[in-house]
Amino acid sequence: MQRFTVPALVAAAGLLLCLASQYGWLDLYVQTTIMFLFINVIMSTSLNLINGNMGEFACGHAGFMCVGAYVSSIVSVALFAKSTYFGAPLLPPGWAVVGMPLSLLAGGVAAAFAGLLVAFPSFRTRGDYLAIVTLAANYIIISVFVNLDMVGGPRGFMGMKKVVSAMGDVLDIPWMMLWTYAFTVFTVFILRRFLWSSLGKGVMAVHQDEIAAEIMSVNTNRIKLVAFMLSSGLAGIAGGLFAHILGYVNPSAFGILKSTEAMVMVYLGGMGSLTGAVLSAVLMTGLGEVLRPLGIFKWVVIPLLLVLLMQFRPAGIMGNRELSDIFPRLRRFYKFK
Amino acid sequence: MALLEIKDLTIRFGGLAAVSEFECAFEGGELMGLIGPNGAGKTTVFNMVSGFYRPTGGSIVFDGTPTAGLKPHQVTALGIARTFQNIRLWKEMSVLDNIRVAQYYRLGYGVAGCFFRSRRYMTREAEIERTSREVIDALELTRYTDERPTNLPYGLQRRVEIARALSLRPKLLLLDEPAAGLNSADVEGLISLIRWVHEEYKLSIWMIEHQMKVVMSLCQWIKVIDFGRIIAEGTPEQIQANPEVIKAYLGDENI
Repeated sequence: MQRFTVPALVAAAGLLLCLASQYGWLDLYVQTTIMFLFINVIMSTSLNLINGNMGEFACGHAGFMCVGAYVSSIVSVALFAKSTYFGAPLLPPGWAVVGMPLSLLAGGVAAAFAGLLVAFPSFRTRGDYLAIVTLAANYIIISVFVNLDMVGGPRGFMGMKKVVSAMGDVLDIPWMMLWTYAFTVFTVFILRRFLWSSLGKGVMAVHQDEIAAEIMSVNTNRIKLVAFMLSSGLAGIAGGLFAHILGYVNPSAFGILKSTEAMVMVYLGGMGSLTGAVLSAVLMTGLGEVLRPLGIFKWVVIPLLLVLLMQFRPAGIMGNRELSDIFPRLRRFYKFK
Repeated sequence: MALLEIKDLTIRFGGLAAVSEFECAFEGGELMGLIGPNGAGKTTVFNMVSGFYRPTGGSIVFDGTPTAGLKPHQVTALGIARTFQNIRLWKEMSVLDNIRVAQYYRLGYGVAGCFFRSRRYMTREAEIERTSREVIDALELTRYTDERPTNLPYGLQRRVEIARALSLRPKLLLLDEPAAGLNSADVEGLISLIRWVHEEYKLSIWMIEHQMKVVMSLCQWIKVIDFGRIIAEGTPEQIQANPEVIKAYLGDENI
């Protein structure tokens, strides 16, 4: 019985969120904030796989988000909406109910392949040098989309609102909230399973001693490939959700600032802690909203809090521990592996 | 067929020949020693055998397969495991996880299997955990299963490293200075451990060691190298009496 506690809680929370959005218990502003919170959770947990578990300093995570955002937007607009870019929709708009999540997955797959841009150099390069490569990858990706005139170039790409409203026409439920929540749970679930397996532990082995890993039969190149593709693929899904919620994407939204935001969340939460990454994404989004009345001073207070945290707790909120390490009794309710 | 056959092995770093014309053969089941002064090229030989360095010349054939061009993890999968001079455990992972990761070459499932917990994944993971625990129990490390190596004393870390190498089920185990940094009580324990491992697992062991007590009491055959060349080989008694070896270790004047 107890092993169903956590899945049941997760399902109940999702249902509650959707009901709350449906019946207007939460206003639109709060709903949007919650959805951005989930996107931040995906971004920080997926980046944590690289920066925390594999110990690389990847600072171009938003680039992969950009790929996912564009590819999923293009797919869903071309298929389900009338647009100036592609003309009439290729499929009946109502099919978006099934097609939209698939387009998000397509964005994720495209972003995973964009991750190869970093994965291949990582076979030979580590540390600071790889950090430069990730930075370069971020710029390359943005430049590509800025120069792609057929999807709007620097002006951005839009039309996703039509797809979302087409879904609403079929069945009037808060679709975006539903899918954002579902993909966030999916991300944490996949990462949790991957990191527990003997295959996923190889990521930590590469971090702690790459030479020993190679000598102990671990195919380190394959591990790096899988880790980078998984991480950037999940970032791509986050990008697709982001684009569909806003209804508009612009290459400049995925610059180094966005990458830094994801990185800050990873370091705030604690390197290599999945629960830490979730927690810090919640905290950062929450702080951003709570401190909104401060106006521009928000960006003095939040970085200052970060400086203080790094001074007094350099390992981040959770260090490299998980929730189950801090509250061992939770193990009774869920097999944390 | 010989288990390991090394012929004419040479490696040059720039102009320096670190190892030249090294020869060695294992029939299977031996316990052989490799000794020599500091910088003689002993670890370099091990690094070539385990696939970490690419030799400039010569050949290494393990169990009928030439290892030239193979990556270290592929060489390990053939059945050569090793330990390191300075312990190289994954310090922030539990002892059990250290040993689980070393089963990588026979994982038997892919990334998708691991996401969706396929039946194959479940049986393989259960098997990996069982064999890992078996090795841990066999080496009397049961108490430290969930401990991180950082928290263990040096002697136990050595033992964990040997356990990790054994969990690969190697046919040949390379031990690079297993007694380095151990106190005399630990050295006694190590000698009996290596002897036990050799008999229990019926494998060939090749070790580099500076402590003569370890080498002389364990090895059946010893090779001595200096400046990358074999200068002598023989049984422990022969080596101890060999003037070339004494010269290499102590220098000319003392004789």
